[in-house]
Amino acid sequence: MSAPLLSVDHLSKSYGGVKAVQDVSFTLERGELLALIGPNGAGKSTCFNMLNGQVRPDFGRIRIEGRETTGLDPRRVWALGVGRTFQITATFGSMSVRENVQVGLLARHGALARMTGFAGRTLAAEADDLLALVGMRDAAERPSGELAYGDLKRLELAVALTNEPSLLLMDEPTAGMAPADRVELMRLAAEIARARRIGILFTEHDMDVVFEHADRIMVLDRGRIIAEGTPATVRRDPKVRAVYLGEGHLFGSEAAA
Amino acid sequence: MDFLVVQFLTGLAGASSLFLVASGLSIIFGVTRIVNFAHGAFYMLGAYIAYTLTERWSGALGFWGGLIAAALAVAAIGALVEIVLLRRIYRAPELFQLLATFGVTLMVQDLSVLIWGPEDLVGRRAPGFRHSVDILGQSVPSYDLLLIALGPLVLGGLWLLFHKTRFGVLVRAATQDRDMVAALGVNQRWLFTGVFALGVFLAALGGALQLPRDAVSHTMDLRIIVEVFVVVVIGGLGSVGGAYLAALLVSELNAFGILVMPTISLVLVFLVMAVVLVVRPHGLFGKPEGPPRAAIGGLIRPWRPLSGAERLGMAALFAAAALLPLVAGSYVLSVGTEILIFALFAASLQLLMSAGGIASFGHAAYFGLGAYGAALGAKSLALPFPAALACGIALGTLGAAIFGWFCVRLSGVYFAMLTLAFAQIAWSVAFQWTSVTGGDNGLLGIWPPAWASSPAVFYWITLALAAAGVAAIRAIVFSPFGYALRAVRDSALRAEAIGIGRRGVQWTAFVIAGGFAALAGALFAFLKGSVFPDNLGIPLSVDGLVMVLLGGVETVSGAVVGALVYRALSVVLMSQTDYSKLVLGLFIVVLVVAFPRGIVGSLQALLPRLRRARASSIGAAALRPAE
Repeated sequence: MSAPLLSVDHLSKSYGGVKAVQDVSFTLERGELLALIGPNGAGKSTCFNMLNGQVRPDFGRIRIEGRETTGLDPRRVWALGVGRTFQITATFGSMSVRENVQVGLLARHGALARMTGFAGRTLAAEADDLLALVGMRDAAERPSGELAYGDLKRLELAVALTNEPSLLLMDEPTAGMAPADRVELMRLAAEIARARRIGILFTEHDMDVVFEHADRIMVLDRGRIIAEGTPATVRRDPKVRAVYLGEGHLFGSEAAA
Repeated sequence: MDFLVVQFLTGLAGASSLFLVASGLSIIFGVTRIVNFAHGAFYMLGAYIAYTLTERWSGALGFWGGLIAAALAVAAIGALVEIVLLRRIYRAPELFQLLATFGVTLMVQDLSVLIWGPEDLVGRRAPGFRHSVDILGQSVPSYDLLLIALGPLVLGGLWLLFHKTRFGVLVRAATQDRDMVAALGVNQRWLFTGVFALGVFLAALGGALQLPRDAVSHTMDLRIIVEVFVVVVIGGLGSVGGAYLAALLVSELNAFGILVMPTISLVLVFLVMAVVLVVRPHGLFGKPEGPPRAAIGGLIRPWRPLSGAERLGMAALFAAAALLPLVAGSYVLSVGTEILIFALFAASLQLLMSAGGIASFGHAAYFGLGAYGAALGAKSLALPFPAALACGIALGTLGAAIFGWFCVRLSGVYFAMLTLAFAQIAWSVAFQWTSVTGGDNGLLGIWPPAWASSPAVFYWITLALAAAGVAAIRAIVFSPFGYALRAVRDSALRAEAIGIGRRGVQWTAFVIAGGFAALAGALFAFLKGSVFPDNLGIPLSVDGLVMVLLGGVETVSGAVVGALVYRALSVVLMSQTDYSKLVLGLFIVVLVVAFPRGIVGSLQALLPRLRRARASSIGAAALRPAE
């Protein structure tokens, strides 16, 4: 049997006395959408930053398709086929929308060291294809610095797809967006993931988004995984209700009951 | 052995003044996030005013009172500068803040010459501390012992101030989170003014205390500011304790460096700084900065390569420039050649500043290394003219490769300070290594061969090389590498996440920019027939920055226009006045505060508006018949 796309074993990280992430283990397969949820400060972002190499774990291993990536910096992790979007969008504000994607494509082709030729004309068709995929084809010429936030999130997704990733890490992909846009963006990401056999790990606060799209859900609280399973299992889990959801009635608990 | 002890004590005494100035700089930076370039100027003013006061007032009270009163007076001047100038630029990019405070430095230099005259002034000895003390059979000035005691006293005083007073608590709070302090209802404006005045007071006190030790001169400002930059880079900006330790370290290195390497003592300091930076990039006690602020201001419209029509326009301009020798005399040609050289120099700096978003305050180092390389190649190695130019480029590129490797480990103000410190080190090597560089006398008799020596031919050669250089830099900006450079500037986080390494990209750009600057410097050596340490000096680096700013820091090659206007202006204006630094300083301040987009930047911002206005008037005309 081949190794899972992403496998995480006993991942731990402390900041001073605060145990941000403790003994987290899970796996993720191609084409699967795995949601990582939990209250603020549960360790979601720390977990993410360890997966793409921004933060070094204290203990534990991370393997992507069987290859050890623990302790590699973000550039090396990216080269292994990991795309990432950020909680607060990070794009190249001085470039047009298309140029943002072109930079990603040039990086994938290892062409960014070249000092001749006009980069604005290279790989334009490929860039436009990716923009069409996220529904941004018409905005290709616009300065990315003037985009609305929802469009920036979509642009980020296009940039993250430039290296044809097998694994996509999306940290709060819909934060700061209008409710209608949220559902649309996640639906788009889910379609792309299934069509291209990409595994997606995402964190999210919007439970509608999580329960509509995730194949599996992990619940993190104070750095530990307290529940894991299909949306239906997690929804019923009493620990999740107590610790994370509180006693209130949320996201269709009547239907589940 | 005894001698070493005395040398050690001398170092300790020197550390006190250095610490006072550096801690002032650190405190100001901690709260306002401004690296106050004018700190050296305030240090110098403190010494000058203390000289005047202590000459007027007699007795021990007059002397010590004079020192304190001088520091207070300078603190008041500092508060005025903060209220009039700095309040307008707190939100501006770092580069603008450094340049504006450098403008203040220039003005103070000329004003102090105006008030106190150009000669060095020797002040009174401190009453009660005129004699020497016998330590291990060697005599040590008792005033040095006083200074040695003063350092820890001030350190303790600052600690008490910051931990036991309301003002100090507010300052520490503001250092951690300015916005939160403002949200809690603290009047930020007066807090900033107060902190700035305190920092300036410390600097001026440091200057005043030098009075009995050293002559007061109008070059002491730049000398101290470079040492202070080294101190805060080693100690860590914002840390007073770090400033004390680093001041001790640098002073001792200076004191003992003279014994080990008498001709190039600064190299020792440089080596220590390099080691510290490799091990701890933010200094011994510094914390990593937050995400660096945008190096250039505002939102930039995506850059576009020149259109076909614009290319034709450039070709026409080039042709017109090539025809200049047919109408102009040799004086105009030599001015023209100089302008071309500076256009190339400024364009190379613009690659770093505009595309790279990193402001080098020591770019003249590579210009100067190019000049020295060419001169040494032509004189010592007897190379032919083209090979000598290549030799200059090689030396400048090598220098940029070595210095750049350290500089790109840092970002923001640390980067600017480090480039400045490196340039100053290169300058002092050129100045002190007399056997190779000729020291202050420079290298003379560097002339192009007979075939290239007429002003017209040399002009054409320069025109061809400068135009090719500027075109190559533009091509690089629009090449994939140029995009990588801009990507790193826009968002280092995103760039790393798609496989672009910040340091490698910025280092490459640094080396390229250094190479083009070196070509400019090599041409300059052959134009002037000589090379001097000034070719590596801070004033030349600042000239480059002003040219880029004047042309427009948000443009691709506005620096060419900036160089043209700036050199032409300085040829015309500077010859009319004896106070060129005053004029230049004022010019820089006005430029930064009132005209931050520069000439080309302003034109580019204006053009679309004009076009839109015209389009709408045409549209209105088209509608009229239908009415």
